[in-house]
Amino acid sequence: MSNLRTPLSQVKGHGSAKSGTGHFWVQRITAIGMIPLVLWLCFSVASLPGMSAAEIREWLGGSFTAVMMIVLILTGFYHAKLGLQMIIEDYVSDHGIRTGAIIIMTLLCAFLAILGVFSVLRIAFAT
Amino acid sequence: MAEFRLPKNSIVGPGKHYPAPEGATNTRTIKIYRYDPDSGKNPHIDTYDVDMDSCGPMVLDAIIKIKNEMDSTLTFRRSCREGICGSCAMNIDGSNTLACTMALADIEGDITIYPLPHQSVIKDLVSDLTNFYAQYASVEPWLKSDSPAPPDRERLQSPEDREKLDGAYECILCACCSTSCPSYWWNSDRYLGPAALLASYRWLADSRDDATGDRLDDLEDPFKLYRCHTIMNCAQVCPKGLNPAKAIAETKKMLVERRG
Repeated sequence: MSNLRTPLSQVKGHGSAKSGTGHFWVQRITAIGMIPLVLWLCFSVASLPGMSAAEIREWLGGSFTAVMMIVLILTGFYHAKLGLQMIIEDYVSDHGIRTGAIIIMTLLCAFLAILGVFSVLRIAFAT
Repeated sequence: MAEFRLPKNSIVGPGKHYPAPEGATNTRTIKIYRYDPDSGKNPHIDTYDVDMDSCGPMVLDAIIKIKNEMDSTLTFRRSCREGICGSCAMNIDGSNTLACTMALADIEGDITIYPLPHQSVIKDLVSDLTNFYAQYASVEPWLKSDSPAPPDRERLQSPEDREKLDGAYECILCACCSTSCPSYWWNSDRYLGPAALLASYRWLADSRDDATGDRLDDLEDPFKLYRCHTIMNCAQVCPKGLNPAKAIAETKKMLVERRG
């Protein structure tokens, strides 16, 4: 049977979700925050005397470096989560698959962020 | 799922060739998308060699000439032939525009004409704009004010406030912008699209309207508004030279500002 709902009722759907501005705003804030953080990372790594595991460990063990790295990891993965969510919402129209994909992606980003932070802390506190 | 391939029954095949009348020396080839739902066949491309010596300067002149003199079954919408009614919006030479304001001389080589992209086709160049018009209606594009109008005169607006409506009120609802937007292609069931959002901004920016908060409430939605990723196809194709993407950005700015 064809759809007998009026076009206006279909467009209005369930109404507005009253959200989305937070997502939009934080995505921009984290993007801007990433600029100095990534520049710092590039210059720091470039100015290292060598690239051996020991030298990287020593560099990463410094308090300032460790804190900067943790901020970078958290900002980066939060930004990635927001961006990937947007891509999934754009291209996956089936509601069930979309919700599932967003949940899996969010958990994966959270896991990778925690793994990154834990790794930095482990190196920082080991030295 | 976003569709990157045409469904089987939408794949376009080759069609008929209509040669120019004998003795025509100055001809141009126009390839036009043809689809007749009653035939049960796939759409096809018909090729018309049009005698330019007896043809007006615009694409619309050429397709009216084809309908009058070569193939009366060609179906398209048209009305004002001067860029104000928005009826003859179609995809010409790969870009959405109005056939009446697109000069044949501005197109190099063969001219290809398709209906507006990613819409259901009713016949030939006529696409189904039911959803598009419903989206326009859903933003309630009229003045909403709880303040009673002065009994003896119109509602006043300063020249500065009136200027804010420039670039927002001139839209003719031809649908060139919305149907050129990839976000609209994938999510037009929920994303309102540039035309409806520009119409909405026209009232958000109006100093005489009291319903700004309610209008913003209705738009604050991951799909209705935030599917816009500033791709800018809307501004690129608008035959009236408007910039819906800027209006959408202003709307997002208003939403951010009211958060504190």
